[in-house]
Amino acid sequence: MTDFADQMLEEQIAQWRAYVRRRQGFQGPDVEELEGHLRDELAALTESGLAGEEAFLVAVKRMGNLDALSREFARAHSERLWKQLVVANDAADESAKTSRSETLVVLCLAIAAALAVKAPALFGVPMTDPNEAFYVRNASLFVLPFLTVYFVWKRGWNIFSSLWLAVPFAAGAVFANIYPLRASGDTLTLTALHLPIALWLAVGIAYVRGRWFTEGGRMDFVRFSGELVIYFVLIALGGGVLTAFTVMMFEAIKIKPEWFVQGWLVPCGAAGAVIIASWLVEAKQSVIENMAPVLTRLFTPLFTVLLLVFLATMAWTGNPMDAQRELLIGLDLLLVLVVGLVLYAASARDPHAPPNFFDGLQLLLVVSALVVDGVALAAIAARISEFGFTPNRVAGLGVNIILLVNLTCTAWLYARFLYRRGTFTALERWQMAYLPVYAAWAALVVIVFPPVFGYR
Amino acid sequence: MDVGKDLVAASATPLVLAILAEGDSYGYAIIKRVAELSGGHLQWTDGMLYPVLHRLERQGYVAAKWSTSESGRRRRYYRITQEGRTHLAEQRKQWQVVDGALRGIWMKECTA
Repeated sequence: MTDFADQMLEEQIAQWRAYVRRRQGFQGPDVEELEGHLRDELAALTESGLAGEEAFLVAVKRMGNLDALSREFARAHSERLWKQLVVANDAADESAKTSRSETLVVLCLAIAAALAVKAPALFGVPMTDPNEAFYVRNASLFVLPFLTVYFVWKRGWNIFSSLWLAVPFAAGAVFANIYPLRASGDTLTLTALHLPIALWLAVGIAYVRGRWFTEGGRMDFVRFSGELVIYFVLIALGGGVLTAFTVMMFEAIKIKPEWFVQGWLVPCGAAGAVIIASWLVEAKQSVIENMAPVLTRLFTPLFTVLLLVFLATMAWTGNPMDAQRELLIGLDLLLVLVVGLVLYAASARDPHAPPNFFDGLQLLLVVSALVVDGVALAAIAARISEFGFTPNRVAGLGVNIILLVNLTCTAWLYARFLYRRGTFTALERWQMAYLPVYAAWAALVVIVFPPVFGYR
Repeated sequence: MDVGKDLVAASATPLVLAILAEGDSYGYAIIKRVAELSGGHLQWTDGMLYPVLHRLERQGYVAAKWSTSESGRRRRYYRITQEGRTHLAEQRKQWQVVDGALRGIWMKECTA
């Protein structure tokens, strides 16, 4: 691994390095390692008498075909696989064609999802007041099947095996609609909240296509989910601006556009946006890939501070936690967000890197979340023993216990990793193995809660 | 005579692990050692070694660290782990079975 006096040779090496860097599949250290190899080879070749130019040609030839090499690198690092789907399409010209047909498929699916929202209106269920409950509990069923179809198409599922994926959606549709859920009842809200979580697992199975248990499959899906949220929020912001202008401009000419905005623009736009956002995540990963880790790094310290200050204030003032329903739901959301931050930070992290300051911060976040979770659990338990069981309290209790188990194990594995007794991969594996638990609990809430609590 | 592609791929893991079991090494030196051991018959595309090494690292069979070489550039050195040694022993048994079976039949051919 030597530097060469031959200026020409150095220039050629620099060109080669720039060329390799532009390839997908390689990261900075990989290129450095390969360059070191090239230099060793060049040194040996020039020593045996070859001139600079010849030595360079031989060394590069021995290094091998860069297309094949970048594919191998992508396979060896399946966590990078999501960035480039080079493994799927070997020929570059073919990818241009597929991307055109993909755009078409995505547009069709997005329009289909948008129209699906309006379809019930054709059958006498318009989007007006008494039917609100119908739309609330079926919201995820308007969108997620189309998203699943997209992945079935994108991942090249076999038609017959993909039919199994229809089963969870059919079951979801049945359980969301057979129960006589009251409008503004607790179980209706719970069904509306939990059905998408349960069905998200089906989307995940379509997304990973057979890679569920192999390395990286579920992690890719977690990454996808996080990035989908970011893209969706961005699109929603743009949509908000569009809506505001629509209202403003038509009101300026004395036309009330509310019926269009509320009945078409917002619901259809939101449904279509989920599909479009998923496609953007798939197609433009490299844009977001740099943003997501930055966001986690920005918000991990802030949330840690929030939790610590909250706990300190509670301990200082001795104010007990008021177990109001809204507060408990808010706390659950906060804890879900913490788990999301940890998951996302894990997905964006190189599992081989040694522990650093940020990992210590993550552990602090997890531990403080654990304490908050314990306090919330105690508050819920107290409320249950005082006022008895309600669907909301039991759902809250369940979520808190599930998160408690997850956070405890996460804290334990993180601590082991920080003290170099364990690997980060162990933590990653635990998080991945836990994913179906969320879906199973959500399915339980949708299926069992309404009859048990008398459709309250 | 060059060894076929599939056989090269199959033998890569035990070869790399066995070479690292001799002592810590880096990519270029491993390639040279393979060429030396096989009398030049095992032709690896040089670059292909690195994905193999990274995969072994991911599986926990080898550990890697950057350190500075004698020429002052950074170089990535690989070391076999305990898990790697166990895996190597396992692989060795499997290869011995294959080797034994082939020997058995070819010896018979020779004597017949």
